[in-house]
Amino acid sequence: MKKILILISIIIIGILAYLFNENKTETKISKDISTSTKVGFVYLTTPGDHGWTYAHELGKQKVKNHFGKKIITTIVENVPEGPDAIRVIRELAQQGNEIIFTTSFGYMEPTLKVAKEFPNVKFEHMTGYKRTPNLATGNIRFYEGRYVQGVVAGLMTKTNKIGYIGAYPISEVIMGINAFAQGLKSVNDKASISVIWANTWYDPVKEADAAKVHIAEGADILAQHTDSPAMLQIAEQNGVFGFGQSTDMSAFAPKSQLFASVNNWGPYYIEKIEALRNGKWNTGEAPDHWAGNKWGGFSTEMLELSEFKNMPEDVIKKAEEVMNEIKSGKLKIFAGPLIDNNGKEILPAGKEMDDGGLWGMNYYLQGVDGKIPG
Amino acid sequence: MIVFTPRNKPSKNWIFLAPTLSIILTVILGGFIFAFLGYNPGETLYHIFISPFTRIDRISDVFVKACPLIIIGTGLIFCFKANVWNIGAEGQFIIGALLAGSFGLLFPEMDTKFLLLIMIFIGFLGGALWAFIPAILKTKLNVNEILVSLMLVYIAMLLIDFVVRGPLRDPMSFGFPLTKAYPEGALINKIPIPGIGFLGQLHYGVISVFILVPIAWVIINKTLLGFQIKVLGSAPKATSFAGFKEKRITMIVLLLSGGLAGIAGVIEVSANMGQLQPEISFGYGFTAIIVVFLGRLNPIGIILAGIIIATVKLGADNAQMAIGIPKVVTGLFEGILLFFLLTGETLQKYQIAWKNYRS
Repeated sequence: MKKILILISIIIIGILAYLFNENKTETKISKDISTSTKVGFVYLTTPGDHGWTYAHELGKQKVKNHFGKKIITTIVENVPEGPDAIRVIRELAQQGNEIIFTTSFGYMEPTLKVAKEFPNVKFEHMTGYKRTPNLATGNIRFYEGRYVQGVVAGLMTKTNKIGYIGAYPISEVIMGINAFAQGLKSVNDKASISVIWANTWYDPVKEADAAKVHIAEGADILAQHTDSPAMLQIAEQNGVFGFGQSTDMSAFAPKSQLFASVNNWGPYYIEKIEALRNGKWNTGEAPDHWAGNKWGGFSTEMLELSEFKNMPEDVIKKAEEVMNEIKSGKLKIFAGPLIDNNGKEILPAGKEMDDGGLWGMNYYLQGVDGKIPG
Repeated sequence: MIVFTPRNKPSKNWIFLAPTLSIILTVILGGFIFAFLGYNPGETLYHIFISPFTRIDRISDVFVKACPLIIIGTGLIFCFKANVWNIGAEGQFIIGALLAGSFGLLFPEMDTKFLLLIMIFIGFLGGALWAFIPAILKTKLNVNEILVSLMLVYIAMLLIDFVVRGPLRDPMSFGFPLTKAYPEGALINKIPIPGIGFLGQLHYGVISVFILVPIAWVIINKTLLGFQIKVLGSAPKATSFAGFKEKRITMIVLLLSGGLAGIAGVIEVSANMGQLQPEISFGYGFTAIIVVFLGRLNPIGIILAGIIIATVKLGADNAQMAIGIPKVVTGLFEGILLFFLLTGETLQKYQIAWKNYRS
């Protein structure tokens, strides 16, 4: 009886709410609907002010500035990577969003499932590898920024010990470590990288602990493939340097952040939405063995570096030079000879590793200490 | 200090009025918060409470969301009624799903129509096994079951993480932590509705709610075991006077609740994911505790409680899509709702008075 009363009261309240509801948003939308493209975004977390999702939020803001009233964006944040994602993505599709960006690896299966149900809606999944005619994937060549980090680290380190905090031992992260090692080796063959696996993408406590261990072991430059500013805050307290991840984190460590690799999703979003509006959207021609129909780095401006700080003029000059050479394609990050840290030759001189090879990396190159767990 | 004294005779009127008043207060306070933040309160409340029921597929999604909560909650009723505090349903859920899933993946030749039944059985055993650890420690060594069961949650999380990244990782996943897809026979299909097709994610697993909950109701209200559980919970000393074996009951309720959490895990993964991944639970085991108390330790009550919680969760997503209200704000609203509902219940059972012990 009591439960029934609860339900009745909920329903009464709801009806009242419905009567009060003036449907403001709906009328507002209908004015522009004839020409506007509806775009949906699914976020893993609340955007906040740093890290992965915040970078996507900045991308979405670029989209809004670019298209203005020509598009209507809808975001859903804090969507867990399971059945909730399926429901949210489906709901976005049902509400008439013509293109939906799902911005975390764990949305791969949910996006795939919904994409099959809505063949006329376009889906863009970030950093996955499964695709269908209406589901494309996008990713950033994060490793390009890590090469520049390696160069700067090699020039800045005094102890020749670099502390690296990895998220999980997957090819995405390993290729970043190897790119860092290549950059490091190009300017300093005495320095080496030690890796601590945090086994998380985001956990300030664990990241801070890993940073403390690195510093205690003598590292004076820290790098991270995790998402929080904790490592930089520890670096700041201990007077060592580090690199920010995903977005500019200098606010958290004004004296310690050398620069951050900044994920710039805006151009990719804009390109794909533009293509959809022109009727030219497609999934591209990427082979199926690596992530990303659209895998852009410096040259597409999907990857940028924040302002160089806390380092001497000549290092800044070198870093800019390296960045421009990667951008123009003059500098090949993974060019042979590539030798792993056990001395085994991976790639002979004169050859360049292709994208498939990058996604198959399960070894450390020279310059990295230890071995990959698992 | 504030003293809570049980009311001798809870007022009949307040049994109905307390929750109604709680909800009205939530709506008023929530409305003010929404208005203060610049959102139309009527519209927001509409999206949170009503929009999940405005389309038949949305209604079915409410049930899909509520399904694991209700199944876990059904098991927890046994524990909580006996004053045994199993806080680790989350871990039991994970282990149930993990063992059952591993079986399905490792023995693809078992891919018959019985595979799912075997997996559900294994899921029950797995969940029960995880609950057996706090149970045996409590009954043999009198170790606090709250701490043990809670700590085992984190072990379970790390265990599935390890399995998915290591032994059972799909070799075709480029190092990403996912297992292969389950064989066909291990999946729980969506229910096709004649003339409509599929309704959202509505799957056959939801039906299990309507089997398990009545069974739980019968056990609690119509069997000796149920009686023993209630006696243990309300008057532990009477248990031994009556010749009931307290330790045996403790063991049974923990195994039952662990097993049901395990079944919930199997159903959730087989119906909604179709493969193991590092995260499969999203806090269902913890939310179920709220569901059980909201449903007042009553099997029928928790169906309604599960639906209320699921509605608000779905409504929060809908509100965000429709008017862009952030999840943190709707989360606040959820908290207020629970606060008022539980306060209402407490005030209805207890009297509050100021007592000055010095005088």
